[in-house]
Amino acid sequence: MFVLLCFQSGPASLTTEDLSTNANGPKQASLFDDDPDDLFAEATEEVSLDSPDRDVLLSDGPSPAITPMTPPTSVITPRIGHAHDDMFTHSSFDEFCCVLWLNVVFLVPGDGMNAYMAYKVTTKTSMSLFKLREFSVRRRFSDFLGLHSKLASKYLHIGYIVPPAPEKSIVGMTKVKVGKEDQSSNEFVEKRRSALERYLMRTVKHPILLKDPDVLQFLESSELPRAVSTQALSSAGLLRMVNKAADAVNKMTIKMNESDAWFEEKQQHFENLDVQLRKLHASVESLVLHRKELSMNMASFAKSAAMLGNSEDHTALSRALSQLAEVEEKIDQLQQDQANADFYFLSELLGDYVRLITAVKGVFDQRMKTWQKWQDSQMMLQKKREAEAKLQFNNKPDKLQQAKDEIKELEMKVQQGERDFEQISKTIRKEVGRFEKERVKDFKSTVIQYLETLLQTQQQMIKYWEAFLPEAKAIS
Amino acid sequence: MVVIPAFCLNCCSRQLIQQFLGTVLLLYCFRCVRSIIRSVSVDLNNDASLLIDIPDALCERDKVKFTVHTKTTLSSFQKPEFSVPRQHEDFIWLHDTLVETEDYAGLIIPPAPPKPDFEGPREKMHKLGEGEATMTKEEYTKMKQELEAEYLAVFKKTVQVHEIFLQRLSSHPILNKDRNFQIFLEYDQDLSVRRKNAKEMFGGFFKNMVKSADEVLISGVKEVDDFFEQEKTFLLDYYSKIKDSTAKAEKMTRSHKNIADDYIRISATLNITMSFVSLQKVEGRVASDQELKLTELLRYYMRDIQAAKDLLYRRARALADYENSNKALDKARLKSKDIPQAEEHQQQCLQKFDKLSESGKKELTSFKGRRVVAFRKNLIEMAELEIKHAKVRSSIQLYYICFIMCTNELQYAWGICKILCEQI
Repeated sequence: MFVLLCFQSGPASLTTEDLSTNANGPKQASLFDDDPDDLFAEATEEVSLDSPDRDVLLSDGPSPAITPMTPPTSVITPRIGHAHDDMFTHSSFDEFCCVLWLNVVFLVPGDGMNAYMAYKVTTKTSMSLFKLREFSVRRRFSDFLGLHSKLASKYLHIGYIVPPAPEKSIVGMTKVKVGKEDQSSNEFVEKRRSALERYLMRTVKHPILLKDPDVLQFLESSELPRAVSTQALSSAGLLRMVNKAADAVNKMTIKMNESDAWFEEKQQHFENLDVQLRKLHASVESLVLHRKELSMNMASFAKSAAMLGNSEDHTALSRALSQLAEVEEKIDQLQQDQANADFYFLSELLGDYVRLITAVKGVFDQRMKTWQKWQDSQMMLQKKREAEAKLQFNNKPDKLQQAKDEIKELEMKVQQGERDFEQISKTIRKEVGRFEKERVKDFKSTVIQYLETLLQTQQQMIKYWEAFLPEAKAIS
Repeated sequence: MVVIPAFCLNCCSRQLIQQFLGTVLLLYCFRCVRSIIRSVSVDLNNDASLLIDIPDALCERDKVKFTVHTKTTLSSFQKPEFSVPRQHEDFIWLHDTLVETEDYAGLIIPPAPPKPDFEGPREKMHKLGEGEATMTKEEYTKMKQELEAEYLAVFKKTVQVHEIFLQRLSSHPILNKDRNFQIFLEYDQDLSVRRKNAKEMFGGFFKNMVKSADEVLISGVKEVDDFFEQEKTFLLDYYSKIKDSTAKAEKMTRSHKNIADDYIRISATLNITMSFVSLQKVEGRVASDQELKLTELLRYYMRDIQAAKDLLYRRARALADYENSNKALDKARLKSKDIPQAEEHQQQCLQKFDKLSESGKKELTSFKGRRVVAFRKNLIEMAELEIKHAKVRSSIQLYYICFIMCTNELQYAWGICKILCEQI
């Protein structure tokens, strides 16, 4: 017999909805000021892909898979306890989050490459930030890119993890513009739509970013100035590329004395995560491809089996073979749907996180840059002080005053540098904690959804084969 | 060839298993291997007077040595129970001598078992050897498991196919009395000497004749009998259809394997421990075995239909010979020369043709019955297996959904989810 629901763990109704995104509002400050370190520590323990605990849990010896693997109860209770605290410390769970979704409207006609795809962004919210409860606007792809670049320029350098926007695809978009009404261009449009939707949702889930005026404008105002600088071949685009290259070089030359073990550990953690997610992503992409292949092969087999059934002269066997062909065809359709689920749930999720991890690493780099700036101004201050001492020795009163002024300026700069560094470190700690929690939630809900699709596929397969069985038995 | 003891994964009995070039290979004892796969044709081994099976087989680099075990109550054999080692080439020799025997021209000779093809596992082994330095420990273990499973699958198939060949012979009322068949079963020395002699004698002449005369003959000759006319049309058409279906089924199986391989790689990335995976792999392998049932069924009957076609060719040739002998007789009568020889020759041809037609009819009728029964059995078994596996999988999935929802052990659950997918 099958073993289901073998444990009654605490609040079993703790669905993903309960742990949904936190609202923002005045109470938000409490979340970010004095980190209850447990919340974040818990998040990190859960999510390290190579935690040694996991192996212990998994190697339950040669018992068959169906034996209930009850996790140690010590694992369950404290976490759920924390989760509860979660909800209350996050204040208002009566002020629910902002939910939005995207619909593709249509291809706005224009001559040749000037045509563009318009997306309808609908927002539903109960937050006082917005003027209305439900509203929609029309946006195009470059608008999304423009939003991202604005947010990045404002928040990246102070340590906020800004979700990256979906990538441009000249090839894909060209096909759509040319007007090819085929499978691949439909898929491309759907892929882009869902990617944009996920991007916006992630941006909006960030408590700070949500309140940014650019975001609000993006969601609310009907007219939006064209973001020209996002064009790939524009001067701004080239500048971006140059800056990226310069950054890469700089990163290699900065040698930071890491005094905080937390940062070192976290950076290593994200490096490992990056490698694993990339590998996983590649494997899942290969899986999607193979499943599509399987579905094609099943379809061609079904046709062949039908022909075989036709040429079979024993009537009952002939009928059974035709039935077999039908079953295989239906299952092939199932496999195709499953391939889509594989893709949209797993592959895209993994792809998103690969890009997100890059953004996280970028934030760490920003911290290094800030540190460098602070160090630089400190060194300058040192030099100036030495110069001042020299001047005093040589008794040059007018230059001395200038030097003293410069020193005062530099001292302030150094203080500011230190403050900036501390601020960015603090922000990153919070951000990483929030990011990890979000990631766990994201993965968890996606995995559950994916498992549900698998389950459905299996149930359907059972139905089809059970319908076929009497036909096979009827062969006399 | 080192043989080391280990436990069978299925029945946990202590069985001898083999080492394939340093890797511990078989995960099951041989009994369990055979019980996992079923015979493609009907239960052939039910006549107690002559029971044949292949209880064991060894694999050396290129050659497979089968142990052919016979249990009999017939007095024509020296002992009531005995075993001999045989190679694949011995089976081929037996098949060819039966085909070349004139007396059996009116019978469907069971198709020869195909040569054991370890190309796939061998390739994998190469890749494993070459990539050992660059792979992580997990990936290496995974690939080794893949290799073992594939090797096991090929091994099971080849033993099954050789066994069926012998069992078809033992259940045929005429063929099971063949002298060469008896030698094959009983002769406790090496058959290679006999094999060489046979080659020199026949030189495959008869077989070549069949191959080349083929379609021209069978379509050119005017059929006198309705039954054979229908059979000819049916078999020709059916053969091309089943050939196509076999190819498509093979493609399907390969796609399934690709997906299973992907999941192996995915679970390698997630560092899932071995014991857990090998359990799931048992499930996985059995699940893909059912696909093999379909493919193997089609493949076997494709070959069997070819054998039936061969029978038709032989009969068609006999008919052509008879017609030629008639023409020769007429010519002889015109020329008034060698009439008695021509008459005798014509009589012989007629007799041969009649004999072939009579036994051919019996053979083809029983062939149809055999085919229908085998398809029925395999289709039922395949459907039942599909249902069983789908039920097990969906219950596991349901279990894990609840599990994930109740805990925060996400990575664990993520890994499980991947393993589950290996089942599909």
